[in-house]
Amino acid sequence: MIYQLNANVRNFGETISELSGVDISTCYQCGKCTAGCPVVMEMSHTPNQIMRLIQLGLKDEVLSSPTPWLCASCETCTTRCPKEVDIAKIMDTLRILALKEGYKRKEPNVVAFNKIFLDSIKNNGRLQETKLAMAFNFKTLQFFKDMMLGQKLFMKGKISFSGDAISGVDAVKAIFERSKGFLDKGER
Amino acid sequence: MAYGYYPGCSAHGTAKEYDISTRKVCVKLGIQLEDVADWNCCGASPAHATSEELSLALPLRNLALAEKQGLNSIMTTCSACYNRLKVAHETVKESPETLDRINDIVGEPYNKTLKVTHFVNFLSEEVGLEKLKEKVVKPLKDVKAACYYGCLLTRPPELVTIDADPENPTIMDGIVEALGAEAPDWSHKTECCGASLALSRTDIVVRLSGEILKAARFADADCIIVACPLCYANLDMRQSQIASRHGVDYSLPILFISELMGIALGVNYDELGIDKHMVSAANMLREKGLM
Amino acid sequence: MVESSQNDNIEILTYSEVEEVGGYIGNFEVKIRKKARLVDLEKCTGCGTCYQKCPVKVPSEFDMEMGMRKAIYVPFPQAVPNVPVIDKEHCRMFTKGKCSICQKLCQADAIDYEQEDEIIEDKFGAIVVATGYDLFDASVYGEYGGGRFKDVISGLQLERLISPSGPTGGHIIRPSDGKEPKNVVFIQCVGSRDVEKGRPYCSNVCCMYTAKHAVLLKEHLPEVQTNIFYMDIRSPGKNYEQFVQRTMEQFGALYIRGRVSKIYQRGDKLIVKGADTLAACQVEVEADMVVLATGITARHDSKEVATKLGIPYDEFGFFTELHPKLAPIETVTSGVFLTGACQAPKDIPDTVASASGAASKVAALFSSDRMSMAPLVSTIDTSVCSMCKACMEVCPYGAIQEEEITLRDGTKKKQLTVLESVCHGCGACVSTCKSSCIMLRGMTDEQIFDELMAVAQ
Ligand SMILES: Cc1cc2nc3c(=O)[nH]c(=O)nc-3n(C[C@H](O)[C@H](O)[C@H](O)COP(=O)(O)OP(=O)(O)OC[C@H]3O[C@@H](n4cnc5c(N)ncnc54)[C@H](O)[C@@H]3O)c2cc1C
Ligand code: SF4
Ligand code: SF4
Ligand code: SF4
Repeated sequence: MIYQLNANVRNFGETISELSGVDISTCYQCGKCTAGCPVVMEMSHTPNQIMRLIQLGLKDEVLSSPTPWLCASCETCTTRCPKEVDIAKIMDTLRILALKEGYKRKEPNVVAFNKIFLDSIKNNGRLQETKLAMAFNFKTLQFFKDMMLGQKLFMKGKISFSGDAISGVDAVKAIFERSKGFLDKGER
Repeated sequence: MAYGYYPGCSAHGTAKEYDISTRKVCVKLGIQLEDVADWNCCGASPAHATSEELSLALPLRNLALAEKQGLNSIMTTCSACYNRLKVAHETVKESPETLDRINDIVGEPYNKTLKVTHFVNFLSEEVGLEKLKEKVVKPLKDVKAACYYGCLLTRPPELVTIDADPENPTIMDGIVEALGAEAPDWSHKTECCGASLALSRTDIVVRLSGEILKAARFADADCIIVACPLCYANLDMRQSQIASRHGVDYSLPILFISELMGIALGVNYDELGIDKHMVSAANMLREKGLM
Repeated sequence: MVESSQNDNIEILTYSEVEEVGGYIGNFEVKIRKKARLVDLEKCTGCGTCYQKCPVKVPSEFDMEMGMRKAIYVPFPQAVPNVPVIDKEHCRMFTKGKCSICQKLCQADAIDYEQEDEIIEDKFGAIVVATGYDLFDASVYGEYGGGRFKDVISGLQLERLISPSGPTGGHIIRPSDGKEPKNVVFIQCVGSRDVEKGRPYCSNVCCMYTAKHAVLLKEHLPEVQTNIFYMDIRSPGKNYEQFVQRTMEQFGALYIRGRVSKIYQRGDKLIVKGADTLAACQVEVEADMVVLATGITARHDSKEVATKLGIPYDEFGFFTELHPKLAPIETVTSGVFLTGACQAPKDIPDTVASASGAASKVAALFSSDRMSMAPLVSTIDTSVCSMCKACMEVCPYGAIQEEEITLRDGTKKKQLTVLESVCHGCGACVSTCKSSCIMLRGMTDEQIFDELMAVAQ
């Protein structure tokens, strides 16, 4: 692979630094983030590679990488980074930016899950776990996923189909309306 | 004085027993809990993965409501909720600008007066281990209970600080020991279970949770003690999948810290909701003469 | 050390500490506390009966607490003088009020529990500071066990395990169970280049000592596999790079580029979770022993020592040289010189070079009765001076002193004077003096104005 680097190489990094409040140039590529990341096995780019690609200004490569979507937000990387880089925050920033700019969904299930989750809060004020699981399976066409588990949970009295909406639903809806960054343009 | 209580969404679903047992235990300890009225979801990971403002505004509404209700503190049993409430509280405390911006979004002012705690630091700081010891009627002799802290209770340490040592926290161990059980030092206290990927990438959760169970078994634990509905969900509810994937059936009971306390403090077993678990703890408890 | 101790012109005061330093270059007045060792230096024959028979065992500081010493002990075999010292904190005579086994057994009658500290006051022409460093305390790395795992040791502990006079007689074994390790992990930059742990600087020596350790380990245990986690290999010294390459090529060390995130114990193994950024993956090593290449930090007492000597130190506690390039051995206090790792992390060749430099500086200073200095020093016109002493307070070098003179009519008068050997010509006093009676020689107001006029024309 050959990357063409031009005089604007730092622009993308600066954008990310601005959006996240984390100085991208501090990363010295020690790899400690990658060393402790629980999901690195599933990632196409390791966390330190993501940091490097940002430093190289390779926007498309970064924003179409599945890595940010696989990040479990466990903050192990952030906690142990010797340069105090908040990588988990960068992962958040990348997810938000990728949605905003309509990059192709590499981990569609994660995106779908987040959306259904937030819709549930928006409409009820609280999360309804049962409805969330059903809606998620429906949306991702996995109708029988966790069926057995669901049955068992039902027997244990943990599944309820009744709503659990709060009286301040409108207040919560308003929060969603007023919050910036909630801008899913759909896929590009 | 009543302590503000924020149960969180799972308390009404997959972690009903956590809520039930917490309330029971607090009655035993003479602690009065007052629910934050009309609380909403903290937003968990999907919120911060989608909008920073949303991830601050959702928890802040709860803080503002609690304040309005006249509460001085807000305690929650869920690590994810605690993490979001605490991060929001600390963030707006640091930056008056952010506070103004988020207050505008919420529509209710938050004045930063609350003390935000998680059940475990509430127990060790507000209640105190000495008092807890006094209230024990059935010491948990011979129980080896591995305390699992997960990610959100200890990270990022500057913001959530429930324990001076985020890499080897011992605050829950202290509680478990006060109940008369043994809390082994084990390797996976703070390893991630994959929480936020529970539904979207169950395969990852199964792998990570399997490693945690393996490590607890290695430490000879009779059970794992959790203080979070998400950790619980992954470790307990995924055990049969873990068994078929890894070929090892750990059958390791996962207990909420409040349930373990309930047993030691003499709450009736049937009142704790322990039989709602997927992996039954009954055999283990019977073996140890606790049932 | 033995050679120096035998030189007629060198007096070594061991077990002694500088308490106070006064005076100035050529005329330092130093108060030294010679601590009571409770053993008579003159009488002791070094037979060793006392420490063989002493019943009190204490972890040995020199062996990094991996071996034991007695309450009466010689710190290490090559110690100068080779005379034991009694550790009052642990000796039974002081903790319990009885024992005196060593006194009863000493043939030379050298043990003296009553001995008291001695204060020496003397004048010295120059001072060379060579107080060295402390090893970084890796227990702040909770992710590496925070000191909980016995088989996670520091580089200095490994040095003791390798040493023939060490706690194991040079047999390299794991502290936990005494077994020989087969798979050993080294982690570089522990407590160095780590902003989060408050140590952003490179410790300079650990890349090379780790390579040395890998070689020594392989020589002692031919079956051993060494795995070295590194960020960069810094080997700019003479022949150093070739040494590192040989460590890989001939001694089979596997260098892995990445930091380690966590170490945990599984049975009798240590699981080391690191990254290989070159292969873009996580690596897990099942190790028998882990050696942390802990970095160099300033001594815990460096700030107190600096205050005594009147020399500055940096944010990490290392002493500051007068100029990083042009005066790396001198300090702002004339006559006080720096050498070794008290100034910055240094290896032995650099330490020896700076020590030789300091020695030459002192020899040059002492070689004549007069000092030649840069002419730019300040002078006080005492006829105008109002004795407000503002200059004394601002002078960073303490070069302005009060003196008493006798006038022709026999009356005494106090006035200020500049110690030319101490003044650096910085001009702080000049700009402070309200009565404009201090001038820098060669830079008077007139001279500066004339210069300005010439430029303006
Ligand atoms: C594990 C390890 C391995 C190493 N291996 C090598 C190697 O193979 N090769 C190499 O070149 N370098 C090596 N080094 C580096 C080497 O240790 C240093 O370069 C060297 O010790 C620096 O010498 P120094 O005299 O400045 O300081 P030190 O060796 O620290 O000596 C300072 C002395 O001053 C004494 N002292 C301190 N304060 C006072 C006081 N107030 N009054 C009186 N005395 C005082 C101390 O007790 C000490 O004896 C290694 C370092 C480590 C940590
Ligand atoms: S741990 Fe920090 S400095 Fe190291 S590679 Fe990751 S982000 Fe960069
Ligand atoms: S926060 Fe994300 S990137 Fe960082 S260690 Fe956890 S899963 Fe990996
Ligand atoms: S010398 Fe090497 S191991 Fe030591 S701090 Fe510098 S780079 Fe790291």
